[in-house]
Amino acid sequence: MNQIPNRQAICEVLMEQAAADKDIVVLCCDSRGSASMIPFTEAYPDQFVEVGIAEQNMVGIAAGLAKSGKKPFAMSPACFLTTRSYEQCKVDVAYSDTNVTLVGISGGVSYGALGMSHHSAQDIAAMSAIPNMRVYLPSDRHQTRRLVEALLKDTKPAYIRVGRNPVGDIYKENDCPFAMDQATVLKEGRDGAIIACGEMVLPALEGAKLLEEKGIHVTVLDMYCVKPLDREAVARAAGGARALLTVEEHSPFGGLGSMVSQVVASTCPRRVVNLSLPDAPVISGTSQEIFDYYGLNGAGIARRMEEVLEHN
Amino acid sequence: MENLRALSYDIRKDVADIIMAGKTGHIGGDMSVLDILITLYYREMNISPQNAEDPDRDLFVLSKGHAVEALYGVLAARGFLDIEEVKAGFSRFKTKYIGHPNNKLPGIEMNSGSLGHGLSVCTGMALAARMDGRRSRVYTVMGDGELAEGSVWEGAMAAGHYKLDNLCAVVDRNRLQISGCTENVMTQDSQEERWTAFGWHVISVKDGNDIEALSRAFQEARSVKGKPSAIIAYTIKGFGSPIMENQAGWHHKVPSQEEYRQIVADFQKRKEECIHESDS
Repeated sequence: MNQIPNRQAICEVLMEQAAADKDIVVLCCDSRGSASMIPFTEAYPDQFVEVGIAEQNMVGIAAGLAKSGKKPFAMSPACFLTTRSYEQCKVDVAYSDTNVTLVGISGGVSYGALGMSHHSAQDIAAMSAIPNMRVYLPSDRHQTRRLVEALLKDTKPAYIRVGRNPVGDIYKENDCPFAMDQATVLKEGRDGAIIACGEMVLPALEGAKLLEEKGIHVTVLDMYCVKPLDREAVARAAGGARALLTVEEHSPFGGLGSMVSQVVASTCPRRVVNLSLPDAPVISGTSQEIFDYYGLNGAGIARRMEEVLEHN
Repeated sequence: MENLRALSYDIRKDVADIIMAGKTGHIGGDMSVLDILITLYYREMNISPQNAEDPDRDLFVLSKGHAVEALYGVLAARGFLDIEEVKAGFSRFKTKYIGHPNNKLPGIEMNSGSLGHGLSVCTGMALAARMDGRRSRVYTVMGDGELAEGSVWEGAMAAGHYKLDNLCAVVDRNRLQISGCTENVMTQDSQEERWTAFGWHVISVKDGNDIEALSRAFQEARSVKGKPSAIIAYTIKGFGSPIMENQAGWHHKVPSQEEYRQIVADFQKRKEECIHESDS
């Protein structure tokens, strides 16, 4: 099992490129440890800005750095970054069109038993609703790496959400198909389609394998690019499926499920069922216990897909 | 040397015209902040339409974005914008001359409008200038009502912590906000003690509508090393016409035609006084 969390993959890419690119700047809110950025702060102290526990300030400072030609990565727990500093994300980053990459670490229910204050189950909805903000939830460390490399090459605002814990590899170091803003097709099948993002991609793939054992063949899409959503990939998946299941570590509202449903309803009507966290404070536990409780694991996803197809 | 005091009344007339044409605007705050903007754009800052893309230019963010009409007036006078185009377009359907700064326009670095954002953004700009060894200085103007936003003090804390002596923040201290006296809405005194406590060099300008006094304050700020500077400019809301001065009701009132005529006549009278004073 891989022991490198996606946040650490971000640090690795930034460290590799920061030596040659002095415009790369990392900002943290007393969160350098949680962001896996301690090696960066030690290697590049002049390219690191500690802001203290002040998320609004971090995003505003990042926007000012970007306006002056820097390539800031503003990193803080997703729960604080996307709610406490929402207005700065909207006005200073997206509206002013500054080259800031916002990195929400320990997203979703990574902080498990710390409670709803520390969960970010609305960040996809919140950030996606801002014009000129892109939203990415990479699925494993290899894809995270490709994504950060791609973002360093452009100058537009973006939000990345990653979790706290290591996630199993979906791709390999030398076999990680990646095209910017295009979903990755992990599996193809004619019965149904599962569209997942972030840390739900691996269980979606596991669910698809369980279904296969029962003779049910489903497509699995890794929709790391939640916004801009790969509409063509959604339409293609819908066209070849009897029903679709979306899976996300997010509230039922305004996330991947909502967006996929909009596209499917308008382009290729099929039944779409959304598997997500509930519209309620989630139960306490480790993130895996939480996933298991709500059926956000391979068995739960397979069961739900099977039900959907049975009653379609 | 150009008579900036006299010019300030011409720009005030342009600002009033923008507001009359658009039938909206924040005339009270425009008039209080205008002399600060004129001092920045005519005396203090290294910025012009010719060097607007120069990485070494000075940077300005109008944190009290609702005073955009004053900024339009000064940017037009300095050649960034066409004043007739601003007057014709302000707040109209499909306009780019909207009611808050819009960085799609020449001379405007950052969008603002939500209060309490400018100082953090300027802190980032000042840090970037230091990292790159650039001569750029960074300026922002905040309203005094705006200082109730907690984010202002996050920015103040960081700028003090990082000893950003290339950063200068101005407080347009007219003591009035939309609901009345700032001290009744939320106490803002003592500004001097507050900014000092956050590690800033503080300069009080007793007459914040006096361009010469403001110029001296900016010069002092420029000479300070190891600390950011805060200029507390004690301005008069609605400055330029007695019917508006020190009246909270003029925060965003659009003058009637009769009031407009009076206001413009007052501007003209003060302009002539300035010219006479400089001639004598």
